[in-house]
Amino acid sequence: MSQSYNRGLIEDFGRWKEFSAGMWAWIFHKFTGWMLIGYLFTHIAVLSTAIGAAQGETMMLASEQVDVYTGTIQGLESLFIIRVLEVGLLAVAVFHILNGLRLLMVDLGIGLTAQDKSFYASLILTGVITVASVPTFLTGVGL
Amino acid sequence: MSTQQQEPETQEAPEDPEMKGTQSPQERRLEEKESGLTEDADSAGDLEGETVHLKVFRYDPEVEGKQEPRFDDFHVPFEKGMTVLDAVMYARDEYDSSLTFRHSCRQAVCGSDAFFVNGKQRLGCKTQIVELEQPVRIEPLPHQEVVKDLVVDMDHFYDQMHAVEPYFQDEETPAAADLEEQRQSPENREKIKMSSRCIWCGACMSSCNIAAGDNEYLGPAAINKAYKFAMDDRESEAIKEHRLRILEQEHGVWRCQTQFSCTEVCPKDIPLTEHIQELKREAVKKNLKFW
Ligand code: HEM
Ligand code: SF4
Ligand code: FES
Repeated sequence: MSQSYNRGLIEDFGRWKEFSAGMWAWIFHKFTGWMLIGYLFTHIAVLSTAIGAAQGETMMLASEQVDVYTGTIQGLESLFIIRVLEVGLLAVAVFHILNGLRLLMVDLGIGLTAQDKSFYASLILTGVITVASVPTFLTGVGL
Repeated sequence: MSTQQQEPETQEAPEDPEMKGTQSPQERRLEEKESGLTEDADSAGDLEGETVHLKVFRYDPEVEGKQEPRFDDFHVPFEKGMTVLDAVMYARDEYDSSLTFRHSCRQAVCGSDAFFVNGKQRLGCKTQIVELEQPVRIEPLPHQEVVKDLVVDMDHFYDQMHAVEPYFQDEETPAAADLEEQRQSPENREKIKMSSRCIWCGACMSSCNIAAGDNEYLGPAAINKAYKFAMDDRESEAIKEHRLRILEQEHGVWRCQTQFSCTEVCPKDIPLTEHIQELKREAVKKNLKFW
């Protein structure tokens, strides 16, 4: 054998249309896990303005003098994009939790033959919960 | 009657669904076929007297015009019961004798003709043309280097298979001279039955994303092979521990991310992911200490 042909990584990713349920579940779980970590940092950053607020720091919000914690949160919550991102965060968290429970079952060897169905169930439930949450997340926000 | 024949003991129906005959994978496939669940099953009857359109991957580093990989089209007359292997054999025998692929038994026993057919690892000789959408795209197994046309380099796969010491090891094996049998209980035989069906086709390894990214990963087939021996009661505890020590290494069972792609493609319906998961639990149990 003088030579052989390596089809390389590009072709691997080009095969995404041929991925099966379990492969998608794995990709989504990684993605959502890391999204949640990312959110954790922004969450800490926002909440830590409470330290400033406790020391009497203030800021201007809608030409009103408020403490920096209240101001930051109310300022963010008044933005439409933040509300949309919150819906996204909920979707990501719900999928991660549901699929996480699925993975725990898989690790315990329970219901392995239904692993694809439980993945689809996680997806559908995530969709339903996300849609149901939209009214709550989008109340009282000016577009 | 010179020999005394003992009445066979009545047997309990075994737990294994395949033995109980509730629904074996084969029955499931048959059912799917009848209810038209399989890909494009409607066209099954309509193919009679028609030709099958194949798109076959071609590559040959030694031939001027074939160094750039390409797909060749073949139109093969359909015959009832034609498999993918039958179709490529026809193409080779009638149209292009340089078309290269491995095959031998033609009955899903030798494991030499796993191809990537319409985006899935399948055994050529076990895949009916009528179950496939046309044109039928036939490629060599992904994640292995292509030597020529549909022939891939299997060395690495075999290396991984051998890495798990795939042979029975027991000091207590009776001397051959004694002609003693070393019996296994029927329950234990049932336990390892599925794992013993592997035909080393490499479809599972080729389907695995993890194996694709980590060349040292043992892969589903090798771990399944190890399962066959680790779960065999006739080997001693010490040897089982030795086997688990191989399996729990960095590139062993813990690389498995339960994507189930191996289980889905295995032509012998071996529950590979289930076996890997069971070995993970065995490895944890061995290391757990309450002190
Ligand atoms: C009830 C809540 C949760 C459940 C049931 C859960 C479940 C799981 C499970 C089972 C895994 C392991 C997947 C594997 O087998 O490899 C995992 C991975 C992970 N989880 Fe969670 N999780 C939860 C909440 C969270 C939260 C709140 C975060 C972030 C702050 C998070 C971040 C991650 C990350 C980063 C990974 C690793 C992803 C990777 O493989 O790269 N999870 N989760
Ligand atoms: S486990 Fe199944 S897919 Fe893998 S090599 Fe053996 S027979 Fe082929
Ligand atoms: S030719 Fe032997 S398995 Fe297909």
